Amino acid sequence: MLLKELSQAFGPSGCEGEVREVLTQALGAAVGVWQKDALGNLIAVKESTRGPKVMLAAHMDECGLMVSSIDKSGLLRFRKVGGLDDRVLVSKHVVIGSKRVAGVIGAKAIHLQKPEERNQVITLSNLYIDIGAKSKEEAERLVKLGDYAVFATEFGYLSESVVKGKSFDDRAGCAVLAEVLREEYAFTLYGAFTVQEEIGLRGAGVAAYALEPDMAVVLEGTTCNDLPGSEEHGYCTSLGSGPAITIMDASVVCDKRMIGELERLAREHNIPMQYKRSITGGSDAGRINQTKSGVPVVVISVPCRYIHSPVSMLSLKDFEHTVKLVKLFLRSIEGGFVL
Amino acid sequence: MVEATGVSGFEDSVGHIIHQVFSTVADEVTRDTLGNVIALKRGEGQGRPTIMLAGHMDEIGLMITKIEEKGFLRFTSIGGVDQRTLVAQEVKVHGRRDLLGIIGMKPPHLLTPEEANVAIKMQDMVIDVGLTPEEVKAVVSVGDLATINRKFIPLAGDFAAAKAMDDRAAVAAMHQCLLELKGLRHTADLFAVATVQEEVGARGALVSSYHLKPDIGIAIDVCHGDMPGVPDQDTAPLGKGPNLALGGNIHPKVFEKLSELAKEHNIPFTIDPVPGPTGTDAWVMQITRAGIPTALISLPLRYMHTSVETLSLSDIKLAGRLLAYFVASVDREFVEALLCY
Amino acid sequence: MKELIRKVVECYGPSGNEHVVRELIKAEIAPFVDEMHVDNLGNLIALKRGGEKKIMFAAHMDEIGVMVTHVDKHGFLRFYPVGGLNPLTLLGNRVLFENGTVGVIGSEKLEAQKDLTLNKLFVDIGAATKEDAEAKVKIGDVGAMSREFVDLGTRLVSKAMDARIACAILIEALKTVAKPAYDVYAVFTTQEEVGLRGARVAAYGITPDLGIALDVTRTGDTPSSITMDVSLGKGPAVKIRDSSVLCTPAVRRFMEQVAKDKGIPYQLEVLEAGGTDAGAIQLTKGGIPAGVMSIACRYVHTASEMVDFSDVEHGVKFVAAIMETAYTG
Repeated sequence: MLLKELSQAFGPSGCEGEVREVLTQALGAAVGVWQKDALGNLIAVKESTRGPKVMLAAHMDECGLMVSSIDKSGLLRFRKVGGLDDRVLVSKHVVIGSKRVAGVIGAKAIHLQKPEERNQVITLSNLYIDIGAKSKEEAERLVKLGDYAVFATEFGYLSESVVKGKSFDDRAGCAVLAEVLREEYAFTLYGAFTVQEEIGLRGAGVAAYALEPDMAVVLEGTTCNDLPGSEEHGYCTSLGSGPAITIMDASVVCDKRMIGELERLAREHNIPMQYKRSITGGSDAGRINQTKSGVPVVVISVPCRYIHSPVSMLSLKDFEHTVKLVKLFLRSIEGGFVL
Repeated sequence: MVEATGVSGFEDSVGHIIHQVFSTVADEVTRDTLGNVIALKRGEGQGRPTIMLAGHMDEIGLMITKIEEKGFLRFTSIGGVDQRTLVAQEVKVHGRRDLLGIIGMKPPHLLTPEEANVAIKMQDMVIDVGLTPEEVKAVVSVGDLATINRKFIPLAGDFAAAKAMDDRAAVAAMHQCLLELKGLRHTADLFAVATVQEEVGARGALVSSYHLKPDIGIAIDVCHGDMPGVPDQDTAPLGKGPNLALGGNIHPKVFEKLSELAKEHNIPFTIDPVPGPTGTDAWVMQITRAGIPTALISLPLRYMHTSVETLSLSDIKLAGRLLAYFVASVDREFVEALLCY
Repeated sequence: MKELIRKVVECYGPSGNEHVVRELIKAEIAPFVDEMHVDNLGNLIALKRGGEKKIMFAAHMDEIGVMVTHVDKHGFLRFYPVGGLNPLTLLGNRVLFENGTVGVIGSEKLEAQKDLTLNKLFVDIGAATKEDAEAKVKIGDVGAMSREFVDLGTRLVSKAMDARIACAILIEALKTVAKPAYDVYAVFTTQEEVGLRGARVAAYGITPDLGIALDVTRTGDTPSSITMDVSLGKGPAVKIRDSSVLCTPAVRRFMEQVAKDKGIPYQLEVLEAGGTDAGAIQLTKGGIPAGVMSIACRYVHTASEMVDFSDVEHGVKFVAAIMETAYTG
């Protein structure tokens, strides 16, 4: 299952190689032409002589860690790649570097802590990765400065339709894009699997600059906060309520005509749909929207609980509805939908 | 260079000096719309790849916001100025002519114990130029700049301290690179750019890299030098060679080539893993147009953004030398391989 | 001109939803320009031909507002800010949606006044139930500040002086300019309040030789104010810097010279925090010389922004004079 393979692939921002491999293998038959660029973006090109140029984008990179120094005891200090809350780090299993060395992020045992300590956040400077090395020299045989690490989370089913795994933001988006690319369309379609979104929305803009699309759809795995302790107006999206359409986020105002068409298609085909209900957080859409003389964009997301943490959760029904809605939108363009 | 004035957005004065100096080691020197100084050293052969080096010539500084009734000057900062480093400093106010001034504070005799323990806010400071209000208004107006009055201070060994080592030391490293290239053969065209407005958002590098469209962009900046109170992993030692950054902002093959060449030519260096933004010209160059493979070389520097920035002059020379070897090693094949991931 | 100002400032047009004010401005300038078009971000780009070089003026049409993100079961609306909003200036005020629905901004109970944050506020449109509310407003709708224009004689007060007063000035300059020395691109930009977005793509498309943004700026002339040497009534301001732009010194000198030559009073402006379209224009492609003419404005980003009418009239003359004077810097 491609979503599983993508979720388990090693690909923190700046080191997306394994994700590129998984995608090119999986789509070998469906995509004839691939383009790459100076940042490592992977772009599937399905050219046509007719119709507009449509760009779909999903980012390959995930949040992770980077080894920043090796203590003489053999323990590793690290920095965060992307927006990770310090509190999700402690007591986790990670894999490091090209050799996929196993490590654990340790902390003081509860027995050794004073009562007040238990209420304090363990900050980054007090955390370290233990790979079982007994000295700096031993550690240096296994890892080096600058090696990346990701959480060692396995993909799994919680029920028939609910799954867990790491990095559904945005491997879910990548999986949606991959499904879409398996079909043929009567217009030029670019499937851009972009890099370095998590460290500053870096890859999508340069891809759009080169491709010059007439319109773009960004596919994300987005915040789903429908949990106890949150008020309904703070949910952002809800699990099981279908693909979430962004009206506005911190980086972009989505095109009303594109939103209108998605709403119409969802109604006509009975696809559940919701709106993303927060404006915080930017996305690749902002970069694409402001490329050159401007590109109309819309963001469609699969709701995912617990993003930017070691394990996230999504509903396969939401995933399938997202794929369906995106395909219908593209068929509508084929059928003459214009801006 | 460090004694000259060139606050972000107003780099003419130091730009002029750099223009002249670069003219002696490059084929052509030009300035662009924002004031970036661009020195071109041509390579040999057809279909030459281009490399752009960026070291910023602007410095942080102060700008006059208001002339008070009694002639004292209120000011704001341009770039990240630590207000604590302004107290009891001598400044130069760059009006119609340069005036000397003092950012003073109440003497200890008149302070209450509470006052003595609190950092003074910039909005409560004034520059005193010791003239009558009429004399002040004849020379100074709102929008004029002020910089700390500091000379270049040679310290023991090859260490030195001054204001604006961030990042004029990098301009010196580019100059060193151009000098060393005289003795090397190279295919690539080299654009050594003394950029403007880095301290307010790498604006000069943004427009100059758009304009020059280089195949590779390398920024030269400063990084934090070792000092007490800061963990070792967050600093680089002074005098042990330049520091090479590694991470998302850095193209892995450019980093590899730089470290290989350093080892080959016995140039000591240290590594800084940077998972996110490097906060330098490299960050904006990387996403210009359809993307540029970038790298970052830093000079370890203590007391950044103070008027006593301290570094090792031999680190500057070594950085320049490494860059020269890099430029000499780049050919069309190397550049094409950068797009293969 | 006061009637033009009233129409323009009172019009609906928060960031991303500028279509209504764009139509209004289009109708006003149509007889005075050679061409008009709307680009992919909704910018209204008007061309008045006159010379070889291109000058771009940018005045932003968008105003700040609140976007509805949730309708609760009792018909209260939750929102997110569009542009820079201070909860203190929203509390107790009214917002107006495009279809004319009026809402009052209320707050949850607070333990202390300093706990007032935007997420404790909500909009009450007087609906009794969720269905009632959804008949009038839906998720994604944006409300703008609701406050009428008032003429105090020398001073004018309204919501959205930022930057509709600049739009009014640009409109009036297009009407009164005699012989432009450039091809003048008058751009009424979108989404300035959320990141200078309209100006960025408009400047890329036009690639002007010179760019001048028109906007408002803060003042230092109210009791115990911030330190700033800008006051109402001292003339339009020539900007030296703000947090988005260090105006090109040659452009600033050019603007000062034009003002001096035409006897237009002006003041110099240093703004510590705040940005304008010039920040985006200056960094377009290989760099574009850029400057800003600002109108001094008290109480920026509140429902009652105040400007001086003589500053506005001088502003019109200043802009027209710049249009007629070739820049050689």
